[in-house]
Amino acid sequence: MASYVAGSLVKVHSGVNLSHLKHGLVRCFATTNVTWTPRESKKTVVDKTGKNIVFVDAVRTPFLVAGTDYSKLMAHDLARHALLSLLRKTGIPKEIIDYIIYGTVIQEVKTSNIGREAALAAGFSEKTPAHTVTMACISSNQSITTGVGLIAAGAYDVVIAGGVEFMSDIPIRLSRKLRSLLLRLNKTKTIVQKLQLLSTLRPSYLVPELPSVAEFSSGETMGHSADRLAASFGVSRKEQDEYALRSHTLAQQAYDKGYLTDIVPMKVPGVSKTVSRDNGVRVSTPEQLQKLKPAFIKPHGTITAANASFLTDGASACLITTEAKAKELGLKPKAYVRDFIFVSQDPKDQLLLGPTYAVPKVLEKAGLQLSDIDVWEVHEAFAGQILANLKAMDSDFFAQKYMGRNTKVGVPDLNKFNSWGGSLSIGHPFAATGVRLTAHAANRLIREDGRFAVIAACAAGGQGVGMIVERHPDGQPH
Amino acid sequence: MAMFQCLGALIRISKVNVNMLRYRAPQIHRLYATAATVTKTPTQAAEQATTSTSTPVKHLRCKTNENVCVIVLDTPGSKVNTLGADVMDEMKQLLNRVEADPNVQAAVLISGKPGCFIAGADIGMLESLKTVEEVTSVSRIGQNILGLIERSKKPIVAAIMGSCLGGGLEVALACHYRIAVKDRKTGLGLPEVMLGLLPGAGGTQRLPRLITVPSALDMALTGRTVPADRAKRLGLVDVLIPPLGPGLDIPEKRTLQYLEEVSVGIAKEIASGKLKVDRKKKPLVQTLLEFGLTFNWVRNQIFDRAKKQVLKLSGGLYPAPLRILDVIRTGIEKGPHAGYEAESIAFGELAMTPQSKGLVGLFRGQTECKKNRFGVPKQNIKTVAVVGAGLMGAGIAQVTVDKGYNVIVKDANQGGLDRGLGQIQDGLEKGVKKKKYSLLERDRYLANLDTTLSYQNFKNADLVIEAVFEDLKVKHHVIKEIEQCTPPHCIIATNTSALPIAEIAKASKNPEKVIGMHYFSPVDKMQLLEVITTDKTSKDTAATAVEVGLKQGKIVITVKDGPGFYTTRILSAMLAEGIRLLQEGVDPKELDRLTKSFGFPVGAATLADEVGIDVAAHIAQDLSKVFGPRFGGGNINLLKDMVEAGFLGRKSSKGCFLYESASKNRDVNPGTLDILSKYKLEPKGSKSVEDLQLRMVSRFVNEAILCLQEGILDNPVSTSVII
Repeated sequence: MASYVAGSLVKVHSGVNLSHLKHGLVRCFATTNVTWTPRESKKTVVDKTGKNIVFVDAVRTPFLVAGTDYSKLMAHDLARHALLSLLRKTGIPKEIIDYIIYGTVIQEVKTSNIGREAALAAGFSEKTPAHTVTMACISSNQSITTGVGLIAAGAYDVVIAGGVEFMSDIPIRLSRKLRSLLLRLNKTKTIVQKLQLLSTLRPSYLVPELPSVAEFSSGETMGHSADRLAASFGVSRKEQDEYALRSHTLAQQAYDKGYLTDIVPMKVPGVSKTVSRDNGVRVSTPEQLQKLKPAFIKPHGTITAANASFLTDGASACLITTEAKAKELGLKPKAYVRDFIFVSQDPKDQLLLGPTYAVPKVLEKAGLQLSDIDVWEVHEAFAGQILANLKAMDSDFFAQKYMGRNTKVGVPDLNKFNSWGGSLSIGHPFAATGVRLTAHAANRLIREDGRFAVIAACAAGGQGVGMIVERHPDGQPH
Repeated sequence: MAMFQCLGALIRISKVNVNMLRYRAPQIHRLYATAATVTKTPTQAAEQATTSTSTPVKHLRCKTNENVCVIVLDTPGSKVNTLGADVMDEMKQLLNRVEADPNVQAAVLISGKPGCFIAGADIGMLESLKTVEEVTSVSRIGQNILGLIERSKKPIVAAIMGSCLGGGLEVALACHYRIAVKDRKTGLGLPEVMLGLLPGAGGTQRLPRLITVPSALDMALTGRTVPADRAKRLGLVDVLIPPLGPGLDIPEKRTLQYLEEVSVGIAKEIASGKLKVDRKKKPLVQTLLEFGLTFNWVRNQIFDRAKKQVLKLSGGLYPAPLRILDVIRTGIEKGPHAGYEAESIAFGELAMTPQSKGLVGLFRGQTECKKNRFGVPKQNIKTVAVVGAGLMGAGIAQVTVDKGYNVIVKDANQGGLDRGLGQIQDGLEKGVKKKKYSLLERDRYLANLDTTLSYQNFKNADLVIEAVFEDLKVKHHVIKEIEQCTPPHCIIATNTSALPIAEIAKASKNPEKVIGMHYFSPVDKMQLLEVITTDKTSKDTAATAVEVGLKQGKIVITVKDGPGFYTTRILSAMLAEGIRLLQEGVDPKELDRLTKSFGFPVGAATLADEVGIDVAAHIAQDLSKVFGPRFGGGNINLLKDMVEAGFLGRKSSKGCFLYESASKNRDVNPGTLDILSKYKLEPKGSKSVEDLQLRMVSRFVNEAILCLQEGILDNPVSTSVII
């Protein structure tokens, strides 16, 4: 436990006066716009786009456990709040926004292009087009990188990227047979025909189809796969519970210290108090965690409700533009988006190993090494998945047998790893997490005085992402 | 000498083997695959005997951690573990140690081989026993040792990964708790019935007490292997372990280790009383059934029904299933003591029956046919092209594409291609329903299937199997077309039931690359493949054809080129006599009954319909030209008349029988009876059933022996394996 406590403290480097952070005086000092200059002796990363694309700022709704205060809303309500809050926080006029890319995983059928619906509801210009992307848990990483691509291609200058997930209401469908019957009913002309058709209705038709967090290709739920993954890498229940506790403890500390400046409180209609913080963070005792029964593989599995991320409602949004445009608009970007890569592997047995595959590739692309990274923000789907990835990165056997590498990837420094908590504690609204990770990475670079951050995540379908952001000298921690 | 051997083999085919294949063909197949390495050469056996005296513990090792003794069964130098005398001996010693050691609170029994828990009893050992008494005593010894497991005060957990068959399942049944890996290799079953035996180490007694009696009867009587998840539903297995993927070790090894970890944990929980194993508490249905079984009337219902089914499937030709029924019933009615006694006596008696010896011989024969005697082919086959998308062509494509090959199917017209693709799609759909593969796997297999009207993509083909119309000119034409587009290394196989391969090969630029691959319709169901080599066929070509055939899941026999090869030749000889019998007034239904009751899986008249009357007529004419009066007897003109009348067999819905309805009870085609009356002959000699049967079978057997004599066949083993 000592390791993460140390990790959560802010490091102080010579020549940079950020020691005030230690004293919890973040907000007042943050407004003084201290300009930072990069330390020497560090590598530089070549800008591939020639435009120095920057991540200006990001916001999110508080992430709530599904079925709590957001439960009466619709998905686009959350997305609307994120988009609107981004405008307000950055102070950018809405006409300036060229394009919106939004992610979602479990789609509300009524708002299938949810980016457009949310933008309209948020009062954006009718002239700003929007499209929706989906790539499971890395959907909003995909919105960011799609934005980078559009800017790099010269299509647009100012793009909003984000994502929303709303698990309080999911599309439960009628059975295929009943759907087919209803569609045929549409085409009937006479009452007799209608009655004839309706007489074919059988009780079994009324059984609904429930969605599950399962792979279409293998039919296996993600929790089951994660439990197997943990076992493959010999991750014990105790290790998982300890990691989960670490995540919750760090998230609690980060909130208490006021670091989670990406949260924008939301007044939810019908809920009297303004929702202002994530409600899934719960620091419990190891004994409490130990008592829980396995949730997926019974009776001997190791994944429980406490060491897995929970179903979450939430939305996020960020502003991406070129460094020149940011300057022109008077914005103070937090970070450069330097590089990214998407990977994919076997969706059954390697479903959640995205980070292991993506990290070495994106580092290599950017010409960086593990030791150059000051901040790690890795999506925590399950404690077992994080630990399995760490063990995979530490294994020569795995690197040689499955990754075609001569040696192991190497393990990130845990003191720099998810030190504001992660998806396990903060919550994981599937398509909103990518922007949250990037926001935390950028904000931590500033607060922890780092230069490069790696963002990595796994996703359903056996996919994964690795992104590198570099601190921008103008970046402010709020 | 060879004659006798062959004759012996053939009697086995007709009497026993044929039925066996019908009796659960896929399961037998799997059993053979798992038990294939049971066979030990005498030298190996001798080596093992000598080493086992120098080191007392050879097959088992054990380690104790956290008060749980893990007994690992791992016979060195073998792919599988089997239960021989020495293994049982070691097990006994270890069990005694477990009982005696105060530091041991529980034990886990696991295999050191990921693919095999225990594949069954050592067949070689059983074969070496000469008398009923010897076998009975082996059974008693086994029962006693397994009794030690069952009666142990310390919980013993069976940790099962891979095949758990026969004696292996009996060991697991004797344990107090069973944990199995839910993967495709793990299967539990009592296949003894397929060797004409019964489970002789308490299996007939413990199984019906653990799971419902009907399920136990089903397993013991059919010999079917149940996958782990089904075993869990039956109550045979207590806990399932999901197989693991890539991690810190090879997935299978890590899964086995994980199985051990979980099993040790559960064994500890049972020992400490944290986990209570209550076998008395059963699902409601099972409790009701057991209550019902206390009444004689209910027992009669269940056992009589099972008996009827057995008689229907086996034609009453086998003693083993009936003895199994008796022994299980004895155990239920008179208690386990009497049950065990009946079991060991029946085991001894069955082992000495000719049926059992025949089935063991067939088992070895099939094992032999799973090997490629031509060695490893030089070229790695990736792409197989099939010319002709008819029933045969599409069938061949189906069994090839679902084994992971890239397959090109070429036909001359779009309609034929569409029909063929439809057949393949339906075939793979069935595979999904039978859980042979997942939806995704099916989709990915189909992604490797290229249906085309042109030869353009044949440039990638490593093997072309042509299945076009059985006409020498057409075949010549097609071979020339194929060779214009294929790479030089490509092998051309021709699927024909009677055309001489050497004749077909004359059209080829590279006759050493030409070979016959004679499939049987329907290809996805018939297990046999006859590979035919000519004098010019190279060894590597033969090796490749056999390799592909084996991968397609076929039992491959290789024969030399000659009129009718082997299968067609011997069947035609028999069919000629069958026609004669029809002419003598035997009704087609009666003819079917005669052949089936002798032991053939399909009646002779039905067989003719399946093959096609036109094909049969064609072949009969060709063969009688070559072999002369030996293929006489029946009048070929009878077949020709049928062809003219459009009675081509199943494909034209009319042959000896009518195929218009979906019903299984076929009516005799009245048109055929009319034709028959034209060719009516007066029967001569005896009309007893046995004589009529022997008239057909002796011709079949004679021809088989001639094939062996002429060198068409390489060895008598192939003879006996034929359907």
